[in-house]
Amino acid sequence: MNIHEFQAKQVLAGFGVPVPKGQPASTVAEAGTAFEMLGQGKAVIKAQIHAGGRGKAGGVKLISSAAEAREFAAKILDKPLVTHQTGPEGRVVRRVYVEQASEVARELYLGMVVDRKAESVAVIASTEGGMEIEEVAAKTPERILTEPVDPVIGLAGFQARKIAFALGLRDKQVGQFGALIGALYRAFVETDASLIEINPLVVTKDGSVICLDAKMAFDDNALFRHPEIRELRDANEEDPAETEASKYDLSYVHLDGNIGCMVNGAGLAMATMDIVKYYGAEPANFLDVGGGANSQKVAAAFRILLADDRVKAVLVNIFGGIMLCDVLAQGVVDAAREVKLNIPLVVRMEGTNVDKGKQILKDSGIKVIAANDMADAARRVVEAIGQQA
Amino acid sequence: MSILVNKNTRVLTQGITGATGQIHTRACKEYGTQMVGGVVPGKGGTDFEGIPIFDTVEQARKATGANATVIYVPPPFAADAILEAVAAGIELVICITEGVPVLDMVKVRRYMRGTSSRLIGPNCPGVITPGECKIGIMPGYIHKPGGVGVVSRSGTLTYEAVYQLTQLGIGQSSCVGIGGDPIVGSGHIDILKLFNADPATRAVIMIGEIGGSAEEEAAQYIKESFKKPVVAFIAGQTAPKGRRMGHAGAIISGGRGTAADKIAALMAANIAVAMSPAELGITMKNLLDSKAA
Repeated sequence: MNIHEFQAKQVLAGFGVPVPKGQPASTVAEAGTAFEMLGQGKAVIKAQIHAGGRGKAGGVKLISSAAEAREFAAKILDKPLVTHQTGPEGRVVRRVYVEQASEVARELYLGMVVDRKAESVAVIASTEGGMEIEEVAAKTPERILTEPVDPVIGLAGFQARKIAFALGLRDKQVGQFGALIGALYRAFVETDASLIEINPLVVTKDGSVICLDAKMAFDDNALFRHPEIRELRDANEEDPAETEASKYDLSYVHLDGNIGCMVNGAGLAMATMDIVKYYGAEPANFLDVGGGANSQKVAAAFRILLADDRVKAVLVNIFGGIMLCDVLAQGVVDAAREVKLNIPLVVRMEGTNVDKGKQILKDSGIKVIAANDMADAARRVVEAIGQQA
Repeated sequence: MSILVNKNTRVLTQGITGATGQIHTRACKEYGTQMVGGVVPGKGGTDFEGIPIFDTVEQARKATGANATVIYVPPPFAADAILEAVAAGIELVICITEGVPVLDMVKVRRYMRGTSSRLIGPNCPGVITPGECKIGIMPGYIHKPGGVGVVSRSGTLTYEAVYQLTQLGIGQSSCVGIGGDPIVGSGHIDILKLFNADPATRAVIMIGEIGGSAEEEAAQYIKESFKKPVVAFIAGQTAPKGRRMGHAGAIISGGRGTAADKIAALMAANIAVAMSPAELGITMKNLLDSKAA
């Protein structure tokens, strides 16, 4: 789960991480008030969307009056902002964040991730702040320091100093940085974060170290123990179909093709998308109904698939292990009746109770194209959209 | 021969009275697995269909001589269940549970350092040696004893591969689902090393997916040290960047972990990569036929 910059800064500030003082605003009037509340000469106003690249896209501005804050807010609020991370349709800006401007002397990069290979949290630091870390990794990997953290010890003092010196920090900045990164690590662990990215971390002209930007993402599997983090979810930033799917515990990702796919198991679901492409068409989605799906869940999955009007045919591919083929078949039949299915439906089923399942489909009177195996299913569904065109 | 499990493996179920634990303990027992005990805190002294239940893993191990355990407990308690099994000295710990917080796994892996336990999973279908021992949630009947080892990050895609092999008359030595999470107990290389040393395994199917670099590292290992032919498939060739595809570990982040990179690494190591998931079985058959010729 992702959150906005202003939310990440609020979470981090709660752990004692130094961030500039700021105030979110969702209307033009609030933006002006936010500037006045900061009570100083200069501020930065920033569009709040779940995507990077806002600065280059015109979503960030240095301002010095409440009037300017209102003017910028009027220009940007409730309109899509297109950055290189949003795709061409952009993301609608529903909030701006007004925060104290900092006089920047140096820009650095500081991140924390779960490192699969080290099987631990790892700190990633670089002197190349303000650039995307992937770009730094590709061009100048020697400027990136990765430091794994022992989960028992936590981030040790020597590690904090090692990173501080590698970042070129001096004198009292080293101690300041040590406190900052210690608090950042505590925030990571205590909120079950999956990513913290401070880009840039800045050294100001008066010599202090502060987080100018902040991005946080959280482990979805751990949200059950963080109700305070769950509340930060912004449904506006999510695809409505994906939000709907998550209510039924279905894993759905919207794609750009026209063949709707319903599969059990994540690996088989990806492989089904791949085989659709292999036979020359494009999948409309990833959809994993999971292992223990009942017929209501299957019906919900079907409704979500068909709500996408670009979908011209549906491919159901189930390998029933825990999931029983007859249960699946009943769900498909119920849903097809409910939505008055009028596009080709190809079903490939294998596994437990497969014969019962096939019988249910046969007896239903619904037009189902039965496939023998995965390749046959993919060929038939691609053929079906070909005939329509 | 086989790897990890065989007809002598004695298995506990942690979470034996939960819905999932009941169904699969029954199915594994029917398959012929020696299901010797269950663990449910507070239900010690009772039984599940004749299988004795204990309060702790330690008690269960002492009373039954179990050397393996399978965990079906819900995600908030799964890490603790693994720790308990490791502390009790169980050699093989298989965690089926999906949805374990990744930072819990960080602690579990740290705790396991220097112990003699091996962990498979979490978020996996389990391990089977066809005809001898099935531990986990895979449908037993699709398997057939034989000489091809299977290692995979996916559950149902493994069934697909196994089914294709069996349809072609090719049996399996052992099939291991290593799990779809970012941090798992055993990786591709750990399992490949076991297959390398197993005389009954003639060849291996390795199924990977987007995310991380485990397949690239496995390709390197195979090139340098693996003595048997390998067929591979990578799921997620059409997956978009930055989106989690069902499995917690299946995500292309920062442009890394793409199927294209993994396939290129596998091909560079002279591994036969099936481009379509429907061709896993036939690719293996062709490879075995060409070796036999």
